[in-house]
Amino acid sequence: MTVKQLSVFVENRAGRLSNITRLLGDNGINIRAMSIADTKDFGILRLIVNDSEKAMQVLKDNSFAVTITNVLALRIADRPGGLADSMACLYKDNISVEYMYAAFISETSETAYLILRPDKTDEAVTALTEGGFKLVSDEELKSL
Amino acid sequence: MEEVRKYWDEAHECMSREEMKKLQGEKLVKQVRHVWDNVPYYRKKMEEAGVTPDDIKTVDDLCKLPFLSKADLREAYPYGLLGKPLSECVRIQSTSGTTGKRVVAFYTQADVDMWEDCVARAITAAGGNEDDVCQVAYGYGLFTGGAGLHGGSHKVGCLTLPMSSGNTERQIQFMQDLGATILCCTPSYAAYVGETLAEMGLTPDDIKLKAGIFGAEPWTEEMRQEIEKSLGIKAYDIYGLTELSGPGVAFECCEQKGMHVNEDHFIPEIINPETGEVLPDGTKGELVFTAIDKEAFPMIRYRTRDICVLSREKCSCGRTLVRMAKPMGRSDDMLIIKGVNVFPSQIESVLLKMSNATPNYQIVVDRVGTTDTFEILVEISDDMFSDTIKTFEELQKKISNDIKSVLGIRAKIKLVEPKSIPRSEGKAVRVIDKRKLV
Repeated sequence: MTVKQLSVFVENRAGRLSNITRLLGDNGINIRAMSIADTKDFGILRLIVNDSEKAMQVLKDNSFAVTITNVLALRIADRPGGLADSMACLYKDNISVEYMYAAFISETSETAYLILRPDKTDEAVTALTEGGFKLVSDEELKSL
Repeated sequence: MEEVRKYWDEAHECMSREEMKKLQGEKLVKQVRHVWDNVPYYRKKMEEAGVTPDDIKTVDDLCKLPFLSKADLREAYPYGLLGKPLSECVRIQSTSGTTGKRVVAFYTQADVDMWEDCVARAITAAGGNEDDVCQVAYGYGLFTGGAGLHGGSHKVGCLTLPMSSGNTERQIQFMQDLGATILCCTPSYAAYVGETLAEMGLTPDDIKLKAGIFGAEPWTEEMRQEIEKSLGIKAYDIYGLTELSGPGVAFECCEQKGMHVNEDHFIPEIINPETGEVLPDGTKGELVFTAIDKEAFPMIRYRTRDICVLSREKCSCGRTLVRMAKPMGRSDDMLIIKGVNVFPSQIESVLLKMSNATPNYQIVVDRVGTTDTFEILVEISDDMFSDTIKTFEELQKKISNDIKSVLGIRAKIKLVEPKSIPRSEGKAVRVIDKRKLV
């Protein structure tokens, strides 16, 4: 139960983000979650989109270095402690989070979604599912 | 008071043109015979060119002989160009670079003596004598800089301070405490010593330096003036190649108008790098040297790849030795960065290990103040790619460490997007050298 995340290598130059987001927009790709990890010289733009295959093709055709990683899209309760509960669930099984970020999805005001990459994906899926958390698949993501 | 010695070897340094040509001719005839008899690699080249030692009667016959190049040195590595049995060799020196393009040169005791004698001429021309304290801040070890100046300084009878490079504050402290009068190092290091001196709150009046002998990398007239001012000295240029011995093949006199070539040991020629044709004095072309005294590593018509001009105009210093201008560039793709010879192919070999295909890259060299900057842009390819910063930083570090171990100097590695390096006719532009050295 994972979703496909696109990671795009982006140099720290004016106009790069503008360029990428416009390119995706023009090709009808909707961004559902995103984050940027940055260093002095470059950054990695991580994207969850409604059509990862198409987005990948569009970016490659335009000479971007892009790769796909399987990450988890996790639904949590939108209340104080909601995130803490999910983290505790992973910590209990000694699973670490490499990185995570919030998604732009929200079905109701009671729920929120976050994207996370654990160090052990399969174990994390098991732990969260058994802990009563809802993970979203690529198909489900499209309809959200 | 005794008169200050002006020349180390007046007989040779001030020899008339006719005498010099005669001496060069005699030595050349002997050297060609020596090589023919002892270096099968070069003998084969001569046979292919249809030349025998009998065809070489005077120095004017030099042009009949085939060239040697860096490619020959690589092919014959390590012993193929040896002119003496190893039992008669006493020394090995090598160029910077630990893979691929390294040059390993051998010396007999006579070769070392001749080399040190050449350096002694340079030190004397810079005003050095047995009353001087000579601080050698070139790197010691395989590099010829430290060994060459060290030996020459001994020969002159200077009190020699074998500092090697680095640890600049300690260099300055020794300079102060022991009253060093001559500094030998790369010009960029000399400039750095000058800057550090000022940073330490000292002025040229706090040290006793009077002269500097600087070489192993290109430097400008502007840089000379800067160094002279910051250290309160007169700065002299010195030229050499490991293939020929090391620094001291040519040296500057007090006139500072080009470097006198020790042509009683090394015959210089200027050729058209495309055709190999010998060009007249005063014409710009590739510098070629024939080492007529070297025993262990006798280079005949060795192509330096340095673009240069020779001048036979009379020099007011009294020396009749032909003068060479500062090299104005290269006829191959070699770069000299921080005194280190760098070939783009060495960088390619490192990058090849990082990816399935050689990534596109670009070397950017600049000079900030008096120090070279060295940056390599590397285009990210999909197979080098991951989704975490950590892996990129590891990649950057790996490339940087590998470059350091191959070249001996560190480069700043900058990862860039695919196809972001400008192409020229489909090929990425490999080298951007922003330094203005000529």
